[in-house]
Amino acid sequence: MEAGKTKIISVLVENKPGVLYGVSNLFRRRNFNIESITVGPSVRKDVARMTITVNEDEKTIIQVVKQVAKLVDVLKVDELESGHFVMRELALIKVQSPTPKERSDIINCVDVFRGRIIDVSIDSLMVEITGTPDKIDAFLNMMKATGVIELARTGITALGRGAKSIRIDE
Amino acid sequence: MTKISGSKALLESLERQNVTTIFGILGGAILPVYDALCGNDKIRHILARHEQCAAHEAEGYARASGRVGVCLATSGPGATNLVTGIANAYMDSSPIVALTGQVPSSGVNTSYMIGRDAFQEADIIGITTPITKYNFQPRTVAEIPTIVNTAFYIASTGRPGPVLIDLPKNVQSDMGEVTVTDKIEASGYKSMVEIDLTKISEAASLLAEAESPLILSGGGVIISNASDEVMQMSDLLMAPVSTTFMGKGSFPEVHPLSVGSIGMHGNPAANRLLCEADVLLAVGTRFSDRATANLDTFASNAKKIHVDIDEAEIGKNIEVDVPIVGDAKAVLKMLLAALNDKLHKSEGNAWAKRVKEAKEQLSPLLKDRPRDIVPKALLIELRRLLPENAIVTTEVGQNQMWSALYFQALKPRSFISSGGLGTMGFGFPASIGAKVACPNRPVLDIAGDGSFIMSEQELACSVTEKIPVTVIVLNNSVLGMVAQWQRMLYKGRYMAVHLGKTPDFVKLAEAYGAQGLRVTSMEEFQKAVKEALNSTVTTVIDVPIGSEQDVVPFVPPGCGLPQQRGDY
Repeated sequence: MEAGKTKIISVLVENKPGVLYGVSNLFRRRNFNIESITVGPSVRKDVARMTITVNEDEKTIIQVVKQVAKLVDVLKVDELESGHFVMRELALIKVQSPTPKERSDIINCVDVFRGRIIDVSIDSLMVEITGTPDKIDAFLNMMKATGVIELARTGITALGRGAKSIRIDE
Repeated sequence: MTKISGSKALLESLERQNVTTIFGILGGAILPVYDALCGNDKIRHILARHEQCAAHEAEGYARASGRVGVCLATSGPGATNLVTGIANAYMDSSPIVALTGQVPSSGVNTSYMIGRDAFQEADIIGITTPITKYNFQPRTVAEIPTIVNTAFYIASTGRPGPVLIDLPKNVQSDMGEVTVTDKIEASGYKSMVEIDLTKISEAASLLAEAESPLILSGGGVIISNASDEVMQMSDLLMAPVSTTFMGKGSFPEVHPLSVGSIGMHGNPAANRLLCEADVLLAVGTRFSDRATANLDTFASNAKKIHVDIDEAEIGKNIEVDVPIVGDAKAVLKMLLAALNDKLHKSEGNAWAKRVKEAKEQLSPLLKDRPRDIVPKALLIELRRLLPENAIVTTEVGQNQMWSALYFQALKPRSFISSGGLGTMGFGFPASIGAKVACPNRPVLDIAGDGSFIMSEQELACSVTEKIPVTVIVLNNSVLGMVAQWQRMLYKGRYMAVHLGKTPDFVKLAEAYGAQGLRVTSMEEFQKAVKEALNSTVTTVIDVPIGSEQDVVPFVPPGCGLPQQRGDY
């Protein structure tokens, strides 16, 4: 992922069936690339927030925002302003740890990355790590030598800082 | 409160939307709605002979009248057959509401339900999501009135377009308590935006200082009913008016300042003057590739003002200097008011002279009444034969581009053609829909033999339902436009364009109980058109023309408008 070109679009949508399909289908049909998409409830129960990461130039992003805004189930959409938002991703990583030495190396590394061990078995550990995608990439790089068995990443979720918010008044 | 069936609730809601006509074909999963239609004297059901044509008929109705057209089909293949018609309405921003049956969403026989691949089940919601403004699938009877209200509201406001309501069979037949309501539920839908006054003032300044302004009037002008304002603007600025293909009819093509349509098969005067203009006022157009040709040379000397109700169209295809988001009529009124204070132009300016000269040089009208039975002459003669209020539809291909070039449209909503999707077989069903909307006006479809064959079965509909229209088949026994491309761009290597044994269109018409006439001279053509206009039954006029005629002028793909080839 080229950090400089990655743009994040925050979309508030009606929390009902078919909306995720409508939004993701629009991206496919208009030839916009989605890097990641996350969906979950917002402050209001009837409204969901989608966070969409897109790697496109500024002109395309403007077009993306306008096209998404046209969808009837979309209540609000905007690009998060560069430098004025916080983004996080969660990863669950199952790594091999056949020997006590490896196990302690991994635990040390997890501490450095402020992750947590959330499951242990005879020859593997499961790590939970939260942060920017770069941080997760860096941790995964450290685990290469030991061997990653399974990986699940949530994709980016993000919010504007302070007053820079995309929200709907109650 | 008394309980009524979902089908009854549907029809009552449609009546509240002033629906008087539905074009449709029935089937198993929509039977409860047809049962409710039985005995209903407020809504006329017109039995199409193919669902695609039902959708085109609804669109023809909508585009001729400005009201929402309604089509109805069963689940599965009925619904999927509507798809081309819905996509056509989406591309051309036509307000239609499509109603489809669906297998039950719940009930006793769980093997015959949504998601179980039941008989005649198709995911029409999924299929039509990218080609509708919105679609609905009610799960209870009580939802139906609000859904119908919302569907009509969304279809007809803002930039119009198709909306689909998919009705599970159990919802059609279930009894439920229904409240009569005008309620609309679409919280994320914005049909109107506030017009930016600073942009109006910027645009007015550009136009006031322009020496060679040109107005490009698109389909949005027709939808927004803004033809009068375009006329006033043209008068005020002494600006020539070109239309896009979809805008044909928004400005009378007999007006001295009309320069015809721009585009790949545009009028040479329009394409040339567009290159010379210093300010372009484009209203209600999306700058389609067929209108602009290569973007690098599109109006390259002009500052561009773009007025459109759909914000996403601004900057999508071309970069503009002054974008104005808003309804064409409202924006033009504001621009006129702003300009009236600034502007007093004399009639004899150099640009007006140049427009006259360009028209005389590049798009000369035939001086004598044409004799030869060639498309150009036929279409010029057809205009003379028709009353001003006639509605003309076209099919797609050479017949359509000849019509664009040589048939002069005089009024909005009088020239109806498949612009965006380019659907062969559109014109004939659209003419039926238009005739239903405007029964007292003559309606004609200018067709090619290839296109007409794609929907000729609607002759049965037009004859049975007593909807008399006229089909003029420019018959060259070839898929003419693609043959032309193979001739011009593929070294004449013809592949799959010759139609071989096309039907005898006179006998074909007669087989359906319509009138068939064949003409081989201009005198016979004149006589046939007059006969068709007086006929109470649909008339097919077969006009054999040569099979190797090109539509010129022509801008080859990839080239810009200045590289137009061939004489008008």
